[in-house]
Amino acid sequence: MADDERPPSPDPAGGLSRRGFLTTAGLGAVGLAAVRAAAPPEAEPPPEPAADARLPVTLRVNGRTHRLRVEPRWSLLWVLRSELGLTAAKSGCERGECGACTVLFDGVPRYACMTLALEAEGVEITTLEGLAEEGGLGAVQRAFVAHDAFQCGYCTPGQIVAVEGLLRANPAPGPEEIRQGVAGNLCRCGAYPNIFRAAAHAAELRQGGPDRDR
Amino acid sequence: MTAESRPSADAGWATTRVVGQPLPRVDAHERVAGTAIFPSDLQLPGMLHAAVLRSPHAHARVLRVDVAKAERMPGVLAVLHDGSPGAQIAWHPGRDGKPLSRLFDPHCRHEGEEIAAVAAETPYQARDAVRAIAVDYEVLPAVVDAEEAIAPGAPAVHPGGNRVPGDRYERGDVAAGFAAADEVVEMRFSTAAELHAPLELHGCVARWEGEQLTIWESTQGVYAVQSEVAAALGLPLARVRVIGHYVGGGFGSKLATGKWSVIAALLSRRTGRPVRLFLTREESFLVTGNRPASVMRLKAGVKRDGTLTAFELEGLGAGGAYSPNGAGLLDWLVRDLYTCPNVRCTTTNAFIHAGTERAMRAPGHPQGAWALEQVIDELARRIGMDPVALRRRNVPAVSQGRGGMPYLTTGLDACLEEGAKAFGWEEAKAGAAAARRAGGVWARGVGMGAGLWIGGAGGDPATVFVNYFIDGSVNLNMGASDIGTGTKTVMAMIVSEELGVPLAKIQIEHADTGTTQFATPSGGSKTVPTEGPAVRAAALDCAAQLVALAAADLGLPAAALELRDGAVVAREDPARRLPLGEISGLRRQRVVVGKGTRERNPAGSVICPFAAQFCEVEVNRLTGEVRVLRFLGAHESGRVMNRMTFDNQVYGGITMGIGFALTERRTLDRGQTGKLCNFAWHDYKIPTALEVPAAIVSHPIDLPVPEANLIGAKGLGEPVTIPTAAAIANAVFDAVGVRITDTPVNLTRLAGRIAAAAPAERS
Repeated sequence: MADDERPPSPDPAGGLSRRGFLTTAGLGAVGLAAVRAAAPPEAEPPPEPAADARLPVTLRVNGRTHRLRVEPRWSLLWVLRSELGLTAAKSGCERGECGACTVLFDGVPRYACMTLALEAEGVEITTLEGLAEEGGLGAVQRAFVAHDAFQCGYCTPGQIVAVEGLLRANPAPGPEEIRQGVAGNLCRCGAYPNIFRAAAHAAELRQGGPDRDR
Repeated sequence: MTAESRPSADAGWATTRVVGQPLPRVDAHERVAGTAIFPSDLQLPGMLHAAVLRSPHAHARVLRVDVAKAERMPGVLAVLHDGSPGAQIAWHPGRDGKPLSRLFDPHCRHEGEEIAAVAAETPYQARDAVRAIAVDYEVLPAVVDAEEAIAPGAPAVHPGGNRVPGDRYERGDVAAGFAAADEVVEMRFSTAAELHAPLELHGCVARWEGEQLTIWESTQGVYAVQSEVAAALGLPLARVRVIGHYVGGGFGSKLATGKWSVIAALLSRRTGRPVRLFLTREESFLVTGNRPASVMRLKAGVKRDGTLTAFELEGLGAGGAYSPNGAGLLDWLVRDLYTCPNVRCTTTNAFIHAGTERAMRAPGHPQGAWALEQVIDELARRIGMDPVALRRRNVPAVSQGRGGMPYLTTGLDACLEEGAKAFGWEEAKAGAAAARRAGGVWARGVGMGAGLWIGGAGGDPATVFVNYFIDGSVNLNMGASDIGTGTKTVMAMIVSEELGVPLAKIQIEHADTGTTQFATPSGGSKTVPTEGPAVRAAALDCAAQLVALAAADLGLPAAALELRDGAVVAREDPARRLPLGEISGLRRQRVVVGKGTRERNPAGSVICPFAAQFCEVEVNRLTGEVRVLRFLGAHESGRVMNRMTFDNQVYGGITMGIGFALTERRTLDRGQTGKLCNFAWHDYKIPTALEVPAAIVSHPIDLPVPEANLIGAKGLGEPVTIPTAAAIANAVFDAVGVRITDTPVNLTRLAGRIAAAAPAERS
């Protein structure tokens, strides 16, 4: 493919470039396999698995445990969407640039497209599907509805999860903190002013404030 | 029974209860809950994944394609290329009707042209197989710049050369106009190619069963995809069902069909399984269109009293490898926006070895505004007149670009006057000047721009059904897509307004050629004024049928009855009423089906939306950095249908315009390989939350125009992004006295010019 001939570009989230991601996926799997195998210290390192060999992994997603067999190169995003049917997290670039795939890793926003499924073992993963409250939408979701904080809705799952992560770390963010909190989530429709309002309102809702129109 | 929408003053709403309110979207829940199934979310049993091998060269001839290794790889079920049976499908019709290319044309005229495609069990396996296809190329010389492309000796994209003359337009006596001017300004402008870059990638899932093809496509118009796929594959329209319930943004790039849909269909036919083919982000930057790069030379004359005497525009646009429309509508604002008797416009398209342009949000207009609105500001400065005042001095009542046909309504003056007032134009100008006098690294400035959009009237055809059920709930059936503008919400509000049905009892079926009515694609700011009147006509038809059924029960003539508050009521004697649920005819037939179609627009007048935008910026005198501090958009689009989605469009258009002015440039490796250098968002920068001012104010000019159509509305999606970039450039000039004539702003060059322009201030 054309992009294979290009040099890797740095990733704003501090992760790997797409090309690096593909070429080092096998090594990452070896590393993880080595960690798992660390208990009995054998002399022989485990052989490098083929790219399409499947390894067992246990994922905790939205409070439920899933035991799966995945290719070491599979991204968490692919596994969430295709293996678990959780399609709220979206694929926008698969190179850590748009944030449409944002999920929470132990409560912290993370790009699922830049995370190997094998790397996601041992953490609590939360997707948009996990933010609903009993009987309806969660606070951030209600605020996004009230403030029309989206247009096409494609970046919206990532935006909502990013705001959720922001509010878990900082329950009462100021305007600049809100902007920084969603700065890793592109919205080409340009609903940003309403996203800012929704995030501020969501902070109030989470503190027990009332639902209101705007 | 059919009701054609009948535009007339008495049919217009004098007052509204629902329409115009700031109401949340009817489909908000599924969009925030993550349950909306976008085409790229769809998973079907047995679904395969496809990937495409593309030319890595800007211009090359494919000498050999060897797919033998790829076909044997794990998980691979099919490989398609130019030699595959049935794959030699014509593509890109030329001006003479003959195709310029084909599905896997061995002559690749831009980077990213399709060479082969693979279907496999997983996308990882499909990409593995694509990488295993061996291709021999003869690399050919390429040209990717419009001015270089029309110079003598440039490599020709097509036989006959790269220059395609565009429109030539002239009125009055341009030479006499310039002779009569007190001040003449002539400037050169350029705009970089801008990419649509919607968040959802382009693609589809195709399933071929027997003679029936079904495509779930991320599209702005399911019927457009249906007709184009059917033509490409030689199928009857009825055998191609296209479904597009959601679309993650398009901005024009999803108006037309891409090769991916046909490739996915062929792979599905070959394998007997559903095939999902969505592009990668990198591929989408190569082959899904762009706002073409332009070069404009604009000359304008003005008298001291503010009378515009002449315009002369020469425009060049790069349509890419296959479009002759690279300069399309580049000149429209010069022709039409301001009163001027003497105008000459000449435009030229250049074929280049790069991805083909596609209509992008107000094609040609932001580029034209970039030139015109800066030149108007410069004229105002030369004659010592306020920029708002000069524009208001030249507001036309007729469309000069259309031979003087009158606008049905024009809100241009109101946009300028009320927008300036709401923004605090005079105070902001004075405040910025005072701040500059106080010194400092950051220089503050204010600027504005105006615009109109050639479209926005809407028009026929459109057909809509409104099914009124016995329990008072409604199913609205229309083929149009909701591309994020809130179409479904506005249509439900129209039904609610007319039939008194709460929004919660209205269900919408849309964007499915198998089950919903014909609609043209959603784009060009025409969906609300196209579908809305048809929806209202269908609701009125429903109401008329309910009244007719009730007349039999009440023993009164239908003419004496009307629908009010969920009952049919005698106009003269409101005590005689029948709740809708008790109408015996409705109880018998269970449902009333109202049909509405879109009428023709009234002849002899022009309907289009108008805009004025105002902004305040600050510019770093040392680095050239430009910060947008606040924006106000004053927009007249006829009736405001939903204040909430109206405002959201204004925010979005201004945001896109900020990117056009400040950061967005498709960079091609000019003079070298011709390849795309910034092939994803890390290097092609669209506005993030950090580039957009929180203070964007929408100031609607709510001016219903009942003579235009049955709902009195015009379109909004395009005008909101037309004057934005020019307003920023004018504000930068106000701040530092330097004109940025090329998009996007080059900070280094701007800083250098600031230093050169004001050496005294810095010492």
